[in-house]
Amino acid sequence: MRRLNTVVLCLAAAFSSFSALKLASGAEPKDRNVILSTTTSTQDSGLLDVLVPLFEKQTGYTVKTISVGTGQALALAAKGDADVALVHAPSLEKQYVAEGKLLNRRLVMYNDFVIIGPRNDPAKIKSAKTASAALRQIEQSKSRFVSRGDNSGTHNLEKTLWKEAGIEPKGAWYIEAGQGMGATLGIANERNAYTITDRGTYLALGSRITLPILGEGDRALLNIYSVMEVNPANGPRINTAGGKAFADFMVAPQTQSVIKNFGVEKFSQPLFVPVAGKREEELGV
Amino acid sequence: MELIWQGIVKAVELVFGGDSEVWAITWLSLKISASATLISLLLGIPLGILLALSRFPGRAIAVALVNTGMGLPPVVVGLFISILLWRSGPLGFLELIYTPSAMIIAQVVIAFPIVAGLTMASFQSLDPNLALQLLGIGASKLQALWLLCKEARLPLLAAVMAGFGGVISEVGASMMVGGNIRAQTRVLTTATVLETSKGNFDIAIALGLILLALCFALNFLLTHIQQRGQMKWPRLS
Repeated sequence: MRRLNTVVLCLAAAFSSFSALKLASGAEPKDRNVILSTTTSTQDSGLLDVLVPLFEKQTGYTVKTISVGTGQALALAAKGDADVALVHAPSLEKQYVAEGKLLNRRLVMYNDFVIIGPRNDPAKIKSAKTASAALRQIEQSKSRFVSRGDNSGTHNLEKTLWKEAGIEPKGAWYIEAGQGMGATLGIANERNAYTITDRGTYLALGSRITLPILGEGDRALLNIYSVMEVNPANGPRINTAGGKAFADFMVAPQTQSVIKNFGVEKFSQPLFVPVAGKREEELGV
Repeated sequence: MELIWQGIVKAVELVFGGDSEVWAITWLSLKISASATLISLLLGIPLGILLALSRFPGRAIAVALVNTGMGLPPVVVGLFISILLWRSGPLGFLELIYTPSAMIIAQVVIAFPIVAGLTMASFQSLDPNLALQLLGIGASKLQALWLLCKEARLPLLAAVMAGFGGVISEVGASMMVGGNIRAQTRVLTTATVLETSKGNFDIAIALGLILLALCFALNFLLTHIQQRGQMKWPRLS
């Protein structure tokens, strides 16, 4: 019996050292890897699962998608730890472009944010004229509100709206989740609270979220996604060509038509509107 | 409750319906954590033996460090390994970030203090006279060490199980240094987090169940080996 045990252990050891070697040597040539830093919403909605394989097939690059909040996605790119960024926080993006950390900002697509909340609408935001007015009513009625609280694109939009409303939100009613959109929606749903979400993730979660849409249509709720290349001066080993190839891919006509049709089959409405080549001012809800 | 039932049904579907992505994720989890455990054994067992059998200045500090390391929070390990391996970091030139190798490194840092600590404990629990007797009957130092290892093999198997269990189930470090990239670094734990945040609770439960089943199967195998050895002792009752 002891001999058998030794054999089993030796086999296990040989197996794992073999696989360790294989894993180590299995890396592709380095310049074929493109690191894409992007937001949780592009991943949680399933869009990247469609676009990334398409890009890899067209170009032969391998994409490493890092889905984090927009704040972190931009910070990674600015440190040179990514090759291209696909994010949705125009005011933050413009700062990075102005500093020269990110280059060639191009619009890719947009959808919109909506405010969802309890069906009985205790803050009466349904009648609010603007998104910031709706938030003011939520604060005045001390209705529970769940914030992403993670410096993501959605969180940045929320902060902008609070600023417009002249309110610094704090108190027991203001819940900071510190998590991605899907998790935040789950918390809002469980706590029967208000929250701001991009329409794509809200639709993608479907019947799991029972809170209805109570505020939509304000121009301030536009959710604009842009792609930016990383300045090769940000650090060593940046795959400039690969990053540019991905950025070009995102605004190419063929990709834009894939974006246009994404989600139609599953949600019977598109999740994103492609807008490559347009300017921000031209967009409307 | 209905959700858990849906999850169980989904798990059966995923495992036996030939969903190749789930199989690939499971296989990758196993490869990464088995490699990390093996490397941890190679590093941790000699260190544990050294700490148990020898006396040197600073040993008390080393023992305290190992014992602290047994409870290292994976997310802290993930943060520091990320900082080291990022392209902007000191080891960036290795281009290891967001690869399975990076995940192995992080898991080794998590598992090797566990292995070292348990090895140390198992050698210290041996009768101290045993080594003297072995040397006394003419065994060389190496032979004595080998015989001690054989004597301590049951607690050593516990070290293997604890190390493997620690790394296959951790999510913080794998998420940070691996990036949860589909078909590259997505493992059972990170996939569970992702599916939960996507609201696909049934798939998340299914992945969780697969992870549990995997841990159980491996521990069952090792426990079987361990307890076989145990049976040779005379029954006391």
